[in-house]
Amino acid sequence: MNETPNTTPSEPELTLAEARAQLAKARGRNYWRSLEQLASSGRFHAMMEREMPKQAIAVSEWDPIDRRDFIRLMGASLALAGLTACTKQHEEKIVPYVTAPEEIIPGKPLFYATAFSHGGYGYGVLAESHMGRPTKVEGNPDHPASLGAADAFVQASILQLYDPDRSQAHLKLGRSATWNEFARDIEAALSPLSNGAGFHILSETVTSPTLAAQIRAILEKYPQARWHRYSPVNQDNALEGAKLAFGSPVSVRYAFDKAAVVLSLDADFLSHGPGHMRYARDFMARHTPELGKKMSRLYSVESSPNLTGAQADHKLSVRASQVEHIARALARGLGLNVALGDTTGHDEWISAVLRDLKRSRGEAIVIAGDNQPAIVHALAHAMNDALDNHGKTVELIEAVEADPVNHSASIKELSTAMAAGSVKVLLMLGANPVYNAPADCNFTDALAKVPLAIHHGLYFDETAKVSHWHLAATHYLEEWGDVRAFDGTATIVQPLIEPLYGGRSAYEVLSTVLGRSSRKGLEIVQEYWKEASNAGDAFDSQWRHWLRDGVIPSTAGGVQKAVAKSGFGSGAPAPLSSEFEFIFQPDYGVWDGNYANNGWLQEMPRPLTQVVWDNVLLLSPQTAAARGIKSGDVVKLAVGSREVEAPAYVQPGHPDNAATVYLGGGRTAAGRTGDGTGFNAYAVRTSEQPWIAFGTLSSTTSSVDVVTTQEHHSLDGRHLYRIATLEDFIKDPKWVQAYDEFGQDPTSIYPGFDYSKGNQWGMVINLNACIGCNACVVACQAENNIPVVGKDQVRRGREMHWIRVDRYFGGDPANPSTALQPVTCMHCENAPCESVCPVAATTHSADGINQMVYNRCVGTRYCSNNCPYKVRRFNFYKFADHTTPSLKLQRNPDVTVRSRGVMEKCTYCIQRISVARIAAKKQGRLVNVKQDGLQTACQQACPTRAIVFGDINNPEDDIAKLRASPLSYGMLIELNTRPRTTYMARIRNPNPELEGSSSAPQQGEPV
Amino acid sequence: MPQIFKPTANAFARLSIAIGFGAVVGSLVVLDLLTRSPYGTEVNVAREQPVAFSHKHHANMGIDCRYCHTSVEEGAFAGIPSTKTCMNCHSTIFNDSPMLEPVRESWKTGESLQWNRVHDLPQFVYFDHSIHVAKGIGCSTCHGRVDQMPLTRKENTLYMGWCLDCHRAPEKFVRPKDKIFDMAWEPPPNQKEAGLELLKEYKIDTEHYKMLDCYLCHR
Repeated sequence: MNETPNTTPSEPELTLAEARAQLAKARGRNYWRSLEQLASSGRFHAMMEREMPKQAIAVSEWDPIDRRDFIRLMGASLALAGLTACTKQHEEKIVPYVTAPEEIIPGKPLFYATAFSHGGYGYGVLAESHMGRPTKVEGNPDHPASLGAADAFVQASILQLYDPDRSQAHLKLGRSATWNEFARDIEAALSPLSNGAGFHILSETVTSPTLAAQIRAILEKYPQARWHRYSPVNQDNALEGAKLAFGSPVSVRYAFDKAAVVLSLDADFLSHGPGHMRYARDFMARHTPELGKKMSRLYSVESSPNLTGAQADHKLSVRASQVEHIARALARGLGLNVALGDTTGHDEWISAVLRDLKRSRGEAIVIAGDNQPAIVHALAHAMNDALDNHGKTVELIEAVEADPVNHSASIKELSTAMAAGSVKVLLMLGANPVYNAPADCNFTDALAKVPLAIHHGLYFDETAKVSHWHLAATHYLEEWGDVRAFDGTATIVQPLIEPLYGGRSAYEVLSTVLGRSSRKGLEIVQEYWKEASNAGDAFDSQWRHWLRDGVIPSTAGGVQKAVAKSGFGSGAPAPLSSEFEFIFQPDYGVWDGNYANNGWLQEMPRPLTQVVWDNVLLLSPQTAAARGIKSGDVVKLAVGSREVEAPAYVQPGHPDNAATVYLGGGRTAAGRTGDGTGFNAYAVRTSEQPWIAFGTLSSTTSSVDVVTTQEHHSLDGRHLYRIATLEDFIKDPKWVQAYDEFGQDPTSIYPGFDYSKGNQWGMVINLNACIGCNACVVACQAENNIPVVGKDQVRRGREMHWIRVDRYFGGDPANPSTALQPVTCMHCENAPCESVCPVAATTHSADGINQMVYNRCVGTRYCSNNCPYKVRRFNFYKFADHTTPSLKLQRNPDVTVRSRGVMEKCTYCIQRISVARIAAKKQGRLVNVKQDGLQTACQQACPTRAIVFGDINNPEDDIAKLRASPLSYGMLIELNTRPRTTYMARIRNPNPELEGSSSAPQQGEPV
Repeated sequence: MPQIFKPTANAFARLSIAIGFGAVVGSLVVLDLLTRSPYGTEVNVAREQPVAFSHKHHANMGIDCRYCHTSVEEGAFAGIPSTKTCMNCHSTIFNDSPMLEPVRESWKTGESLQWNRVHDLPQFVYFDHSIHVAKGIGCSTCHGRVDQMPLTRKENTLYMGWCLDCHRAPEKFVRPKDKIFDMAWEPPPNQKEAGLELLKEYKIDTEHYKMLDCYLCHR
């Protein structure tokens, strides 16, 4: 199956010098899609010329094909295509309620406010329920961490609820057991312990006030018991940095909407960390050119290509260990007393940034990344202090994590105690340390010495397999609970459905430990809040308000006043090492491995690399070339005596002599979807060097198929992505349209259709705001019942996503700038796909929508061949799972589940338009997107509001204003397709002092 | 070499071609008739139900359609009454009728009654009752005289062509809003003119939106 017979033999690898030579030759076009394109390789052209690469070789799946096979296949096709159409419709049942709930109107969804937690921090969501069946999760506009947006993890959480591989029973030594048995066992195990000595609890990051109160109650009852925390992706460095700078573990809240200059020290604040959605919104509100507003500027020092760096006006790509040296030089420049390191070659950059920061006192932010050591965080705090940012753009608040501890130290302490045999009872809540504990903890061996190990989790995972007890956990949509967001705001987590598999929540587990096994989650949470709110008789009405709003008012962390200490950076830093450096990063899809069994996240092209279904090891083109490594080659990475093999992937812009190692792969007990994807990077991750480790990289003789969608659906068009500097834009506001060779409105020989009346739908994608996080991709998948096709099918170019985020690089491959462009059906007024359909399965509606009628489609794929944007997707197989009962529950009942042989594509969320249209028509008026709350799924999910959908005929609508902007342009309008989806060109705001020395494109040269 | 076939064989050959042709055409005609027959369309075929419910009996007592089909004005689905709705009356009326045993059983056990769907659209069709009711299409236009049906059956094919008959010329079918639930309503002799008037009143736009966009039903 891994053979692809008719791909061209492998091209000679492109060297950096050749790439630069190619670029020097290029004129008017300095953006490129991949290194292969840059080399103008035959392989890239083969990819580009086919609208769905490799699909013609489908038959080779039954290789070798001879006459008999051919006739057999044709006969089967005839039988399947012809005869299935003659079956009579199935008889259906109607099953009414016995007593109808008052609030439910069949077919109309209800929304409930609750919160999803990721890495222990809450994101307020509105969960959509169709007659008691949750189908989709949206952001809660009233919640400070989401403001209505929902990232890929939030979106994909609904699939986890229905995951058929979830643990379905409590198990004692592998046999199904009851809750009462557990209650007896835990009581029997705890009672002989004096004061609980030997009782250890291991949890992930806990922000839940109720859970924290319960654990404190346990520690009070059993004073000798111990509570350990371990999340593999944690904020240890931020915590230690805050202690270093302020002496206490405060949390930080940034106000990016107030910042004119932002300096990121290896912080991917747009896509990682508990506040990333809010920060992305705030940052982009200020980073978009708008009349009368000063546009902010972003400097990013990065050790690994990330989404924040992709947005940076100036990016400095250095090895992770050098970031501290740069931070020290910056701090010294701001008058702080710190010892200097080695910043050779970057001094000009540093001094330009310093001048800019000093010009923006009180309006700047310096932010450090979670993978940078504590000292960098402390320096960032001190720099914010020196720049007078505290209280303006930066606020210190009391720690959001309950009783914060250093996770690496905490898990080390636990495993030491376990190895020493002093742990008698170990209760693991949600954690999976057997898979993800630091390698030096030898957790699995130590666990064998624990007489009673209890694991509580959603899956029967690696840890559950070696524990005595496994307790099936509830999904957050099945349980009562509470959680705090990045700024401390608490939300009550409310269930939408009874536990599907009889799971119990962590609250109920802890209540059982406290000897009250019969208490339900609701009682436990209410008891805590009754006491905490001190509301007395008014509690019930308050509680109902909290549930409705999804936030508990005035629970945000109180602002702390603190002044950064000095003296922490006076010692000289470790000198720059020439050793090979590994940077550990959570994967953009499966994160720390927790989401490994989620098909939506596995198949989501990871931003920047566009790799699917695997975690990889990223290398710079130079390092790869020097070592003779190609993308897909298996390399061996060794840290100390530990080693693991990983597939390499060459990523332009990566620092040299270093590799980014994505976590989250190599699961062995994740479930049917996640097992066997990627490699386990935890094998070489230690508690001493959890983020940056030194070691060696060696090549092996084997290679694997790393599947990337990077070159799928390539458009070899003109001026697809348009970008200019702010300065040039001010000089010539009309520069965007200058690229349209035939003007804005080419003439047609066909008579037009009158689109001047009624609602006319359109979409604007703002390239200034898009951060490429892929929330839209997964939101669309959830809304529109888009199937997962698997790695092999993606390799053949058959991914089904209706919206994709194209990535281009600009400039020098050693340090390129990055351009991200969401592309979906343009709903062309002169749609090329419509004129070639032989059965009129795709036609145009009066309100300007390119409609796709699945039941008419016979699968000729002519439409897809004729689509210049390559946005149509074909069901080569019956990709949708029609058999697994739990997955059926997830489907959006308002969208057809497509079957084999049918073309599909973006519909502008026609089901949502229909709901709004029907509501408006009943009132005898047109749809007004604001009044009717009409949003497409991608628009609703977008953290930065980069996607705007609306009525182009309504001058009051946002979209009408955006389309009138001088930045507005249509993609490939020279083909006279008259696309309804248009783009807003991107404006960069580079520092004139640095322009020329940086890698960013010099001029607004579009693709 | 002697001839294998005598000249008379030509007649057989011609005959068999004719018969073959006739058989093909005939079977197509039969298939077509079959799909149009009640066997294919299930028009006027009453389905067996757990309780032999009579719309005629209930409607003639003056019970409004919306007493049971509660969401017909709000949602896509008109609504099938819950067991509780039945028991509102049948806890006192006919409370020992053996015919109603399944209803009482459902009420006791909490298990829903399972009715067999009579008006069953394909899965790729999204029909919405509320907009039709709001725009002057009465129950009987599509469902016929349900108030005269002892056992519920389909009056129309619900084929796409049948839907389009009205979507192409709604003026033939719209009625005043106070007559929506009037099962006995018949189009007046001046329906054409009255219908056009009603289209204006209901703001049914047959000029620009011709109500023929595919996505109105298929999504």
